[in-house]
Amino acid sequence: MGQGMKRVVSLKINGREVEEVVPDNLLLVDFLRDRQGLTGTKTGCDGGECGACTVLVNGRARLSCITLAASCDGSDIETIEGQAARGRLSALQRAFHQHLGAQCGFCTPGMIMASEALLRQNPSPDEAAIRTALGGNLCRCTGYVKIIKSVQAAAAEARS
Amino acid sequence: MSEAMAPFRLIRPASLDEAMAALAVEGAQPCSGGTDLLVRLRKGLLEPAALVDLTGIAALRDVVCDESGMWVGAGATLATLARNPDLAAYPAVIQAIDSVAGPTHREVATLGGNLCQDPRCVYLNQSHWWRKSNQFCLKYRGDTCHVAPKGNRCRAAFSGDVAPALMVHRAQIELAGPAGARQMPLAEFYNEDGAAHTALQPGEIVVAVHLPPPGPVSEYGKVRVRGSVDYPLAGVAVACEPTPDGLRFTLAVTGTNSKPLLVDIPDPLGEDADAFFAALVKTVQKAVSPQRTTTIAPHYRRLSVAALAGRIARRLAADAP
Repeated sequence: MGQGMKRVVSLKINGREVEEVVPDNLLLVDFLRDRQGLTGTKTGCDGGECGACTVLVNGRARLSCITLAASCDGSDIETIEGQAARGRLSALQRAFHQHLGAQCGFCTPGMIMASEALLRQNPSPDEAAIRTALGGNLCRCTGYVKIIKSVQAAAAEARS
Repeated sequence: MSEAMAPFRLIRPASLDEAMAALAVEGAQPCSGGTDLLVRLRKGLLEPAALVDLTGIAALRDVVCDESGMWVGAGATLATLARNPDLAAYPAVIQAIDSVAGPTHREVATLGGNLCQDPRCVYLNQSHWWRKSNQFCLKYRGDTCHVAPKGNRCRAAFSGDVAPALMVHRAQIELAGPAGARQMPLAEFYNEDGAAHTALQPGEIVVAVHLPPPGPVSEYGKVRVRGSVDYPLAGVAVACEPTPDGLRFTLAVTGTNSKPLLVDIPDPLGEDADAFFAALVKTVQKAVSPQRTTTIAPHYRRLSVAALAGRIARRLAADAP
């Protein structure tokens, strides 16, 4: 067994500067949920298969359950908690609410963060692009029709 | 709190020399995107003393295209490569990259990591308690392969998508290690052994892949349960090139053996196309050796990958100039 180590990481979480000592083997999802109290990010499959733990690292979607917190030193992290601004839900959050994109809600934070990454790169995605971008996010309640409609609605709202 | 990983030291070298020094220490394990490795660490399949994170080495991310072909750094992410216009001249490679896992994995997964991806087996890629209750297996702490109990080697199936696509385009792989740099055809990089499937020596890493100038048209197809995220039950890359004797086909199959398998099709396409493609399908069926490494029956994987190979070969022949 290897000798573990700790290090100080400085990163930004939802715009807030954070500096903390983390063990090298700490996962980003555990850092966010257990150390930062940001439990909106979900642990689903716990092995990189379901996308429920998706967060943004430097604007790109990442699976926080297979990302080491120590490797995020200097990064800009965004989670579902950072999406609402001044008490107003983000366009995607509103669209998921209005178009019934969430059922049990467990996959929703990951769905919204993966969609957020997509809309930042491609503000007018067609259905195929949305399906591709959400290919790594599983919903076990039902199909994906309402989820895709929600992303389309958010994109349409941003364009109007 | 997630299932704990055994403690390790994370080393983040900024140059290849620093990485070589870090990897020379016993128990050091190279790591890039981590999409395969971290999952295995979390399942307790390996307990390295140190992880050497190669993502900080800028030189490993270079992609160079010139008259000698393409030099693709092993640290280039699959998402970056999928957007590379020069790589579009190798269609099977782009299609294979696009079929790897999900888009979020491809953001960080690297070419080198994908080529070294650990072979998979339904008796291996399980939690520690599951494997323990099954007396472990030949590859990890046990003495019997549950797939082939009378055999003496691990039958885990190589399940990378990109390797077969690179192989039909005659890619070379470049390695760097304590004994210096070396290069070999990608097909020779792999062994038919699920417990030791690459030629990598201790302390050695993949540095780059070299593709010769584009020539053949190609296509990659994959059989899987779901349209996304899944590993291949089987996959096949087919390349087709005109020669004075007629169209020649090169095939490589993944997901059926412990290594990606080049399948030799000795004759070019002759007068009787139907007979040729029927023979090609039979050749693939005979060449592959799927085992009980997935929940899907080996026979289905054998037949479906051969049928897929035939379908792709016909399509490429029809489109050939």
